[in-house]
Amino acid sequence: MIEFLTSQFGVSAQFVVSVVLALVVIGAMQGGVAYCIYFERKISAWIQDRYGPNRVGPLGLLQPVADGVKFFFKEDVVPRHVDKVLFILAPGMIMFVSLIGFAAIPWGGQLQLGEKLVNIQVANPDIGLLYILGVASMGVYGVVIGGWASNSKYPFFGAIRATAQMISYEIPMGLCILVVVLTMGTLRLEDITQLQTGYWLGFIPQWNMFLHPLAFLILFICVLAEANRAPFDLSEAEQELVGGFHTEYSALKFGMFFLAEYGHMITSSALITVLFLGGWHLPWFSWTQPEATQWYAVVAKMGVISAKIVVFLFLMMWIRWTLPRFRFDQLMRLAWQRLIPVTLALFVLTVGLLYFGLHRSPVWALSGNAVIVVVMLVSAGTVGKEVTGRQPNLPRIQESPGAAALAGV
Amino acid sequence: MMRDEDILELKAPQLNPAERLFIPQILDGMKTTLVHLGKSLLTKPMTVQYPEERRTVRVDNYRGVHRLNRDADGRVACVACHMCSTACPAHCIHIEAAESPWDDREKYPVKFDIDELRCIYCGMCSEACPVDAIELTPDYDLVGRSRQEMILGKEELLSIFDKTKDVKPRKNPGITGYPGTGDKPKAIESSSEVPKQ
Repeated sequence: MIEFLTSQFGVSAQFVVSVVLALVVIGAMQGGVAYCIYFERKISAWIQDRYGPNRVGPLGLLQPVADGVKFFFKEDVVPRHVDKVLFILAPGMIMFVSLIGFAAIPWGGQLQLGEKLVNIQVANPDIGLLYILGVASMGVYGVVIGGWASNSKYPFFGAIRATAQMISYEIPMGLCILVVVLTMGTLRLEDITQLQTGYWLGFIPQWNMFLHPLAFLILFICVLAEANRAPFDLSEAEQELVGGFHTEYSALKFGMFFLAEYGHMITSSALITVLFLGGWHLPWFSWTQPEATQWYAVVAKMGVISAKIVVFLFLMMWIRWTLPRFRFDQLMRLAWQRLIPVTLALFVLTVGLLYFGLHRSPVWALSGNAVIVVVMLVSAGTVGKEVTGRQPNLPRIQESPGAAALAGV
Repeated sequence: MMRDEDILELKAPQLNPAERLFIPQILDGMKTTLVHLGKSLLTKPMTVQYPEERRTVRVDNYRGVHRLNRDADGRVACVACHMCSTACPAHCIHIEAAESPWDDREKYPVKFDIDELRCIYCGMCSEACPVDAIELTPDYDLVGRSRQEMILGKEELLSIFDKTKDVKPRKNPGITGYPGTGDKPKAIESSSEVPKQ
């Protein structure tokens, strides 16, 4: 069929594959997002010693369908006080942004079609990484517009928080990605994946995770913050903001915000996987090497990258149901006083290694990471102030006579 | 007034450098949740799957739906004294009394309504009842389609007694010793307040 299309309409094989892949990926993602919500609920239930959804279908597996039907048939309220155009635009915007991020993710290496090699990727631009980064940051746009258009207090606060959080966490995230870019020397995600397919000492896969574990950890933290996931879900904070930016939304518009959050999670997980875990590469299996270009190899590679994404999704859900939410000052302190200095140090380290041509040497990179961790520990023990929620300009709490009595005991 | 020496100022424990990065605590917390997750998957969670499974309640003192007891002859045991509706903090009991057709008591209820939606299930009515005619049963799943439906009348309350008397038999009634209102009437001679007809 591809031959027919290429000969009759003059389109390239890559174009056909891209279109098919775009349709497949968007479809798979919609389903994946629905089942993400199901598993979120299941995992939360298991962690809290409950069953979770188990009524609709076997094991509750039809719950996402029921949820979808519910979202469709609920009354779609557009409050009278909102900015109608933006109010309706916002959920579409956030959904759109969370869907197009997929385009640059390399799903399965390359496929041999006749004499041609096509990329299993919707698009393979030179600036793939920049594109994903740009699109991912656009995600906050929908949140801000939704919060602004709602024209009421809580959504507005949610939007403000989202903006501040996004600006703060973009920086360490960008620096972490820069570390990878400097090490790999390319912005093309397919190339970054292929560069990670070698081995150190013959058996350790050359994944960036083993080269820059600290950058990996910090990027993961930033991704949690960018996707508005707990413990960084300040912008929706149910307890304080009654849902934050989506307080005024109902029915499918709310559903779109909900789906977009999970879409964002999947995109971010895919990005981390590609940057730090070697994408579709699984060591020691010939099917998941860059040389394998048969159709079954492509399927295997897609399975591998999906499995890695699922691991990250599970990790995100696990963290959500473990950690309490940050206070806003803690959130800001974490980004500006902790993560940015550390990532800057990592950046300087990488630049230094690059200057001496040692940027792909795990020994040097890891010892550099170790030095940074030691400095972090030392500074946390000595320089760091006592962290309280008290305003710094207020006087210190006086020692009470009771405390003195207690000290004597 | 609180005295100063009673105020204890508690300080957060000093964290060591590794702890101040919060990584160990986070891992610790994640271990806890993972253990719970594993336990839920391997063993049965403690949730009761309600319509299919039911929890066992303590029949003697569970405070569910009310019932109006019948005496040994199958008549309503209530003597329409209004003690329960007086004691009721939610004012959900409405009684209309009439002269009793029987010789052993003066009054009986022609109407005995309980608004189960107003009721707070405190059990004061059964505490107040001199003849133990009103009791709370271990039945807890009371449903209705309207507010009107949730106001139970005399016949419904009596039928709840018929349904639950095997699970929770009627207590031996009253210290007041009205003859015939209980299954095992007490001797009336001991009481001087008993009205003679």
